[in-house]
Amino acid sequence: MQFGTTYQGSSFSELLEVDFNYLRPDLGGLAVRVGEAQVPHGTTVLAFKCADGVMVAGDRLATEGHRVASRDIQKVFATDSHSLIAIAGAAGPCIEMARLMRIELEHYEKIEGEGLELDGKANKLSQMIRANLPAAMQGLVVVPLFAGYDVRRHLGRLWKFDITGGRYEETDFEATGSGGLFARESLKKSHRPDASRTDAVKIAVLALTDAADEDRATGGIDVVRGIFPIVDYCTKDGIEHVPDAEIEEVYRGVVAAQGRRRGTA
Amino acid sequence: MQDKAEYARKGIGRGKSSLTLEYDGGILLMAENPSRLSKIGEIYDRIAFAGVGKFSEFDQLRKVGVRYADVKGYAYSRDDVRGKALANAYSQAMGDVFTRELKPLEVEVIVAEVGDDGLSGQEKNAIFRVQFDGSISVHEGYCVIGGTADDLASFLGNEYRAGMPLGDAVQMGRRALQRANEGGPGVEPRNLEVCVLDRSRAGRKFQRLPTDMVKQYLGA
Repeated sequence: MQFGTTYQGSSFSELLEVDFNYLRPDLGGLAVRVGEAQVPHGTTVLAFKCADGVMVAGDRLATEGHRVASRDIQKVFATDSHSLIAIAGAAGPCIEMARLMRIELEHYEKIEGEGLELDGKANKLSQMIRANLPAAMQGLVVVPLFAGYDVRRHLGRLWKFDITGGRYEETDFEATGSGGLFARESLKKSHRPDASRTDAVKIAVLALTDAADEDRATGGIDVVRGIFPIVDYCTKDGIEHVPDAEIEEVYRGVVAAQGRRRGTA
Repeated sequence: MQDKAEYARKGIGRGKSSLTLEYDGGILLMAENPSRLSKIGEIYDRIAFAGVGKFSEFDQLRKVGVRYADVKGYAYSRDDVRGKALANAYSQAMGDVFTRELKPLEVEVIVAEVGDDGLSGQEKNAIFRVQFDGSISVHEGYCVIGGTADDLASFLGNEYRAGMPLGDAVQMGRRALQRANEGGPGVEPRNLEVCVLDRSRAGRKFQRLPTDMVKQYLGA
């Protein structure tokens, strides 16, 4: 019994490949290399462990070369109730991969009646990145972070990836994208594995502020336009989106502290 | 044809019934099911599936429905995945098997879609029943398939009131399922498979109620 499909398994991306190939994003066949200035790129995202789970955050800026492509794109996405993907790289393929990942996990859960393990989800994502390798070689790079709360082992976990689908589980924190290096330096100083939620929000805002300070392609916190980074907190109870008002308050605290150090406030 | 229909009806009548009830906050799906193999499943954000008859056959239909819905939602938007289109697809496929194949499907299915107050024109619930020969019907308030469906439906016809809270609906559902084992011991809460499409939830509205919660609703 089929509605015109032949695939029998539980993976959505395989279903697309077998029966709906025309719906699949396939950018690997491009004849020319896509330059950084031609398509929007997402910049800095980070993830780190804290006492009750993981914190995942990302700025909102997308750039086309030296120009601003968008000031408020979203780079952190919930993939299900207990996992998140944060993306850096060519915005179009990145957002598509996040969407596909979310459908993939939901599809598996519905077909099998049980969700994948957090490890299994990370592994699936690495296959999807590997499938994007031809497109990455054409300049459409997708390098996400994947993080979540492992409900069986009762701890927060996070992974980084490379363009070949290489998957590396991190013990404490990781950041990627153009400002990733600076965010990582910041996290190295301020990160504590036993950080409370309040502290973790502060650590995330500080790292993004540091990255925006050193990297022109990373969007800082834009109080004038009211554009705040996405900061998501994932624990055994699920994912909480940290409200803008709270981020603004923390940010003002960070700025005030910097002012005090310089003796200007 | 007559033989085929008879054969299918017998197969479906042998099993237990499965019922669907609208309550004030959504749609309740309930079946007596002592095994761990589900008769009720999630299809999409607002759509649930219930099947009776031969497990392998209706579970296959459920999976086909999930694939259909996920591909449609991926190609268009999540709001474009609708219960009516899915029920029609089932009707076509099941009707095809009935006329073409030697053995008809020994199953009946329900497609239930809960309304969304935030989507103008889609606020109402919809319940569709598709039979082994592909005949499709629309139901309001309640719908029963499998086992002694007619008896249960006439019971619910007398008892059902629109706008019941969930607790009342669960109790009424159990009273209805109880009728199948007349004189026998009552249906244990742990042998009930109870799911809801909860109108108030954001996104995926399907939820499987754990036995503890079912017990609470039954006051047992």
